[in-house]
Amino acid sequence: MKTVKQGTYFWQGNEACAEGAITAGCRFFAGYPITPASEIAEHMAKRLPQVGGIATQMEDEMASIGAVVGASWAGAKAMTATSGPGFSLMQEFIGYAFMTETPCVIVDVQRAGPSTGQATKSGQGDVMQSRWGTHGDYSAIVISPNSVQEMFTLTIRAFNLAEKYRTPVIVLADGTIAHMREQTIVPPIESIETINRRKPKTEEKAFFGLEEIPPMPTVGEGFNVAVTGSTHNEHGIRFTADPTVHRRLVGRLNNKIKNHVDEIADFESYNIDECQIGIVSYGCTSRAIHEAVENAEKRGIKTGYIRLKTLWPFPESIIKKLAESAEKIIVPEMNLRQMFYEVERTANGLAKIIPLNKIGGGELITPEELLVKVEDGEE
Amino acid sequence: MTETFSIRKYLRDLKLPFCPGCGIFTVMNTFLRAVHELGHKDLSKFVFCSGIGCSSWIPSPYFIADSIHTPHGRSIPVATGIKLLRPDLNTVVFGGDGDIVGIGLSHFIHAARRNLDVLVIMVNNMVYGMTGGQVAPTTPFGTRTTTTPYGSFEQPLDVARLAVTAGACYSARWTTAHPDELKDSIKTAIKTQGFRFIEVVSQCPTAYGRRVGFKDVGEMLKWLKQDSVPIQQAEQMSEEESANKIAVGVFVQRKRLTLTETIYKIIEEAQRSAK
Amino acid sequence: MPNKVEIRISGLGGQGVVLAGQILGRAAVYDGKNAAQTQSYGAEARGTTAKSEVIISDGEISFPAIRKCDALIVMNQEAAEKNVKDLKEDGMLLIDSSNVKKIPKTSAKIFKIPATETAEISFGQKVYANMIMLGALTKIINIISEESMEKAIRDTVPGKSVAVNIQAYKRGKSL
Repeated sequence: MKTVKQGTYFWQGNEACAEGAITAGCRFFAGYPITPASEIAEHMAKRLPQVGGIATQMEDEMASIGAVVGASWAGAKAMTATSGPGFSLMQEFIGYAFMTETPCVIVDVQRAGPSTGQATKSGQGDVMQSRWGTHGDYSAIVISPNSVQEMFTLTIRAFNLAEKYRTPVIVLADGTIAHMREQTIVPPIESIETINRRKPKTEEKAFFGLEEIPPMPTVGEGFNVAVTGSTHNEHGIRFTADPTVHRRLVGRLNNKIKNHVDEIADFESYNIDECQIGIVSYGCTSRAIHEAVENAEKRGIKTGYIRLKTLWPFPESIIKKLAESAEKIIVPEMNLRQMFYEVERTANGLAKIIPLNKIGGGELITPEELLVKVEDGEE
Repeated sequence: MTETFSIRKYLRDLKLPFCPGCGIFTVMNTFLRAVHELGHKDLSKFVFCSGIGCSSWIPSPYFIADSIHTPHGRSIPVATGIKLLRPDLNTVVFGGDGDIVGIGLSHFIHAARRNLDVLVIMVNNMVYGMTGGQVAPTTPFGTRTTTTPYGSFEQPLDVARLAVTAGACYSARWTTAHPDELKDSIKTAIKTQGFRFIEVVSQCPTAYGRRVGFKDVGEMLKWLKQDSVPIQQAEQMSEEESANKIAVGVFVQRKRLTLTETIYKIIEEAQRSAK
Repeated sequence: MPNKVEIRISGLGGQGVVLAGQILGRAAVYDGKNAAQTQSYGAEARGTTAKSEVIISDGEISFPAIRKCDALIVMNQEAAEKNVKDLKEDGMLLIDSSNVKKIPKTSAKIFKIPATETAEISFGQKVYANMIMLGALTKIINIISEESMEKAIRDTVPGKSVAVNIQAYKRGKSL
């Protein structure tokens, strides 16, 4: 067995994520054990050597993502996986990877926090951390799978976005999806798109500017690349006081994501043009919407939904569209309101935004609970 | 040596940021001399990692080479990723005492334990120099720093000995007053396999020397020279006698299976059995 | 055959309830059905109540958790008492009668299977009780082929214990 073959598998979410990564071309994994993400490390440890890749357990989460950043500069597609507590520790390197334009994938399998919280129970409390976790002016690309199938396909997409935009990409999974097993279809491998970073030509010297997404060299190939998390010019030379260089660099880094929201944003939508009640949902929570919407329609309530497959950059235009048609938008989340505020800000008074929140014990918001909200529409 | 040594050959045309009299000039010069004497006309066979602090600026971006200037204390993890992917490159880490054994201590110990094939050169100025002279894990007991105004109340770490315990294949300590010994040590370390560590006790005239009462750099260098004793001699001394001495020399030189050797063997076996 | 069957397996951590759910779901997928298997356990590796849920359906499975189950397998007394409220009135309760001595009140149909005793006597180890219960379940609900069950066992348990697990499963079918 080398890379996975076309077929139908009964995988666990974490296993699908690891197989997705390998299919995308990931050949380096470094991680630190944490529930509910450890199976990704275990699966990578078993599978990566089989395809000539390297998987290693490091002494902590900082070291794990540090090794991933190093591997990326050595030319590999690289990934780490963790949960909330480890994700917090990785924030310094997420900022570093953003600042140095280092493609890499960070999987955060969310559990119930803050702190150690309920380690074996699912949650969605890291939505804002995934957007704003590191310090400074930063833009994140965050992917949100809601099935084992998407743990496979969206992990591949995470690598493609990381390579294309030369930036860290976060797969924001959750304990429910990561530990669930479902049938997963692997299409013919040749039909799967994989994107690789653009490499510089021999004469090129600007790896950190001039273009929106500059080419990325690999160490040891004679490019003499100077990589730094300090503010730098297009040649990687530090400029730690010059306001223009800082504005130009940080501006470009944010714009290369902001200017491509439509290309990056991915979602599933239903009946958003003519619904009274809208639902905006993501991750494991979104598994309740189909049944709730079906039952609401049986009761004569016109219902529509947007299920976000990418959380950040936030797809404002589609949310606005929903807010223009729906009177009320329900935002069910397994946290105490996070995406709610983003939807409310974007709707800007066009629709009333109603939160539906549940935390603890890893209990999902049920279709019945969602239906009650759809029916009475009260906070 | 047919070609004469020219430091400019290895350096980008940039103004160096170090204070006059800083020990870093000696470390930089000595390292590049060692590289030159080993026959490297350029640094293309090297990749450098460094964290945050004055000595992390030795390679970045001044060396004409691949250099990765990482977050504070994280140079060794980044070097791990690079070395595992590119075992063919000489991976060298530069850092200060705060960077390597303050915030980055855990990475240092684990890299030595797993015998990561890198050379770590730690410039030990016994203080956090870049941030203005705060106490470091290497500051001698009783020293007044900006964050220990009544004198340091903690014992310093003996890093060269720690490296031995943690499993390094090579560990040595010199001072900036021993440039010839340091150069030989660097040459040996570059040629040795496995985790290699060189500590260079260095003068920081700005944030240390001036505060503890040295009049000038010359006086500091005299102190480094006078208070240094060879390891063999230091080991014969009582604890009291050796308290304010700097033990210099090679602490260990040995062979152990390196991380890249073991990991690539596993890959080979896994690929064979997966066929 | 019903379009959708929801099954919960509950017992003590270490009794193999997660493994049983995994095999059941995998076998359903091998039969061309959709399946979703979830699990719940404490932070401790052993000794607390664990549960595993499997939804098997011809259609898409949107909500993966079970609110009311069609079949409930309980492997110990605590699991029986805790879970019986989530069993449908006309559901099926499969109890490991070696461990569950007091049968909780329910209008569901009850099946008593002395799985742990049978495992000990026939296979020398209690741990095969889960396969015996799976055998009994698949016989009762009759929606999964024996061929797929055997393949699922082979693809899930370590090589050296495949044969005995299959035997235990078959034994459960014959009880």
